[in-house]
Amino acid sequence: MVNVLRSLRFTAVFAALLGIVYPFVGVVVGHIAFPWQSQGSLVQVKGRVVGSELIAEAFPQPMWFQARPSAVNYNASGSGGSNLGPTNPELVKEVSKNLRTVLKQNPSLSVAQVPTSMVESSGSGLDPDITLKDAYDQIPRISDATGLSQAWLKTLVQRKASAPALGLFGESMVNVIELNLSIWEALHTDKQAGSAK
Amino acid sequence: MTATGVIAIAVVVFVILLCAWPLGRYIFRTFAGERTWVDPAVRPIEHVLFRLIGVNPDVDMDWKAYLRAMMAANLIMALFAYGVFRLQNFLPLNPAHIPAMPPYLAFNTAASFITNTNWQNYAGEQSLSYLGQMIGITFLQFTSAATGLVAAMAFLRGMSRQKTNSLGNFWVDLVKAHTRLLMPLALIFAILLMALGVPETLSGPAVVHTLAGSMQTIARGPVATLEAIKQLGTNGGGFFNANSAHPFEDPNVWTCILEIMAMGLIPMALVFTAGHFLHSRRIAIVLCTLLSAILLIGAYVVYAYEAGGNPILTHALGIHGPNMEGKEVRFGLPLTSLFVASTTAFTTGAVNAMHDSLMPVSGMVPLLFMMFNLIFGGKGVGLLNILMFLIISVFISGLMVGRTPEIFGKKIEAREVKLATAAMLVHPFVILVPTAIAMALPSARASMTNPGLHGFSEVLYAFTSAAANNGSAFAGLNGNTPFYNIALGLVMLFGRYVSIIAMLAIAGALAAKARIPETSGTLKVDTFAFGYVFVAVFIIVGALTFFPYLALGPIGEQLQLT
Repeated sequence: MVNVLRSLRFTAVFAALLGIVYPFVGVVVGHIAFPWQSQGSLVQVKGRVVGSELIAEAFPQPMWFQARPSAVNYNASGSGGSNLGPTNPELVKEVSKNLRTVLKQNPSLSVAQVPTSMVESSGSGLDPDITLKDAYDQIPRISDATGLSQAWLKTLVQRKASAPALGLFGESMVNVIELNLSIWEALHTDKQAGSAK
Repeated sequence: MTATGVIAIAVVVFVILLCAWPLGRYIFRTFAGERTWVDPAVRPIEHVLFRLIGVNPDVDMDWKAYLRAMMAANLIMALFAYGVFRLQNFLPLNPAHIPAMPPYLAFNTAASFITNTNWQNYAGEQSLSYLGQMIGITFLQFTSAATGLVAAMAFLRGMSRQKTNSLGNFWVDLVKAHTRLLMPLALIFAILLMALGVPETLSGPAVVHTLAGSMQTIARGPVATLEAIKQLGTNGGGFFNANSAHPFEDPNVWTCILEIMAMGLIPMALVFTAGHFLHSRRIAIVLCTLLSAILLIGAYVVYAYEAGGNPILTHALGIHGPNMEGKEVRFGLPLTSLFVASTTAFTTGAVNAMHDSLMPVSGMVPLLFMMFNLIFGGKGVGLLNILMFLIISVFISGLMVGRTPEIFGKKIEAREVKLATAAMLVHPFVILVPTAIAMALPSARASMTNPGLHGFSEVLYAFTSAAANNGSAFAGLNGNTPFYNIALGLVMLFGRYVSIIAMLAIAGALAAKARIPETSGTLKVDTFAFGYVFVAVFIIVGALTFFPYLALGPIGEQLQLT
């Protein structure tokens, strides 16, 4: 019985300490020291929040760099992968559908050139990054749709690209949100930007 | 598979070992009652906490008293969390207006988090209020890790003391595990994660107008603080459904490396702690070397098979490349593979790639690691499993060479072997029997979303994960049904407490024995030769027990690929 009483007191004290005080300390530290990250790395255009740098959005129009396929349709109030197993016939159907879309949107590509990351769904459904090859593959389509020159787009990808950390960890990749913010700026600040560069 | 990738994996494991070495010594000093440099800062806080809880820190407990206190505390905390989940709609900090959790699901969730399993039959961002994530989930992620840790400390005291009943004081240990280890580490880790991009806010979901002209609702919350203890406490239950694959939980390679390190840090350190308690640095070196080697082999197997890609897709569609289904670009394959292996070796259960979409052989690596349940293992309980198998290995080798089995000067007698065998057998029992029952029930089979052998693997993985208190999943399985909520909940409870009870009973028996001096006839436990016997024993036991099920699941599926 004395154990039950102590357990109740322990639960009350530590639920408050670990469940309230600890997260609140975290929130305060985040608010003061990391105001941008702690709110979800939100990015703005002309004072209006257009998304999070860490979260992929749907970019259905040909003028944008597209993120990887999403099993949750880029709905960031949820998250998740397809959970299709490697031998599931549904996986072949899903990848085949994604492949057809990619080929239709990027007629310059052939099947053998399409990287698996561009047609297989991400783990979170919100993967904001694509490999450099994915990005370069999309340039001709975006150039056609926006009038921005291919050379300018290529430079943009190179400028925004991140290399593996210490040459060991991670991929050569680029963030789709950052790329598309740059496209938006190029199209809205100076109509001649693309052709001029 | 590239040389860079192979090196990257080895580097991370090596760095964890380097950090674990001094931490193991610190944990030893803390729980052996020696002075440490944090004493002046922490002592006064602990005295206040002891007074608030009503604990006299000078009281010693025998194994039964220690166990009673532990079970009472666990029961009350589980009931408390169950209440929070059921009533969260009436409680504050619920900006997304999330309804109460239904009873079966709340039972499963409470059982899951009190046992350090963190199996989730719910999607965090859609089924839990911020308060639920904080005083339900985050709270239990600390205390369940601390419970496993102190059980291991009590056991080590039992092994290292002689002619005594005392294993220490449960409440003192439990408080110290928080004040001197988990809370400071978690806070530092949470701040690092925030700096690297993990959100920490009480504001509700962000609603944004996207560049492409539509609306997007972005779930967020007090993620960093939960994420920190989720990894450090080998818990694994994420804030979001996608767990560490979600960019808010694990935004880049640095957070990925930190999260892998956080999983491995304390389980590895505890092996060194055991070495200090048992006055044998060699046993720590032998165990760390062999277990790290197995961890690396597992990571490399996953890496090789994922890099190889899915031959079915190549045949059907003509695409080439690594298997990227269910993976994120930013981690790269090497770190993704190491995460897959580590999360089951350290029985954390966090995932940064969807295990259900792994190639069959890669999916078998986490399954095997959970079946072994001692490739370092979870917080404290992993070490208990290692010690349990050491006892069984000593017994078997003793029989083979005709010597009295003894371990670190303590004679192993019938009672200890019986208890260790019970602790060992409960694990396969609560995996194999429920899996068979699920296969016999049409309603349970209906939860499988993948057809054929892979569907069987989903169910096998679920019960293995629950029994190993891991929490990762082949997440295609729809576990939120009354059957799985109850069955998995019970498996988690049995998987956790039967072995802890048996091990504490052994600790009590060992503490009472006198230490016998080492002679030329003593079987030396802290040698590589014995280490190989130990590895052979747990692999043979594991393989013999689980092989038929593995053959029906991942092995069969791999054969279907070619």
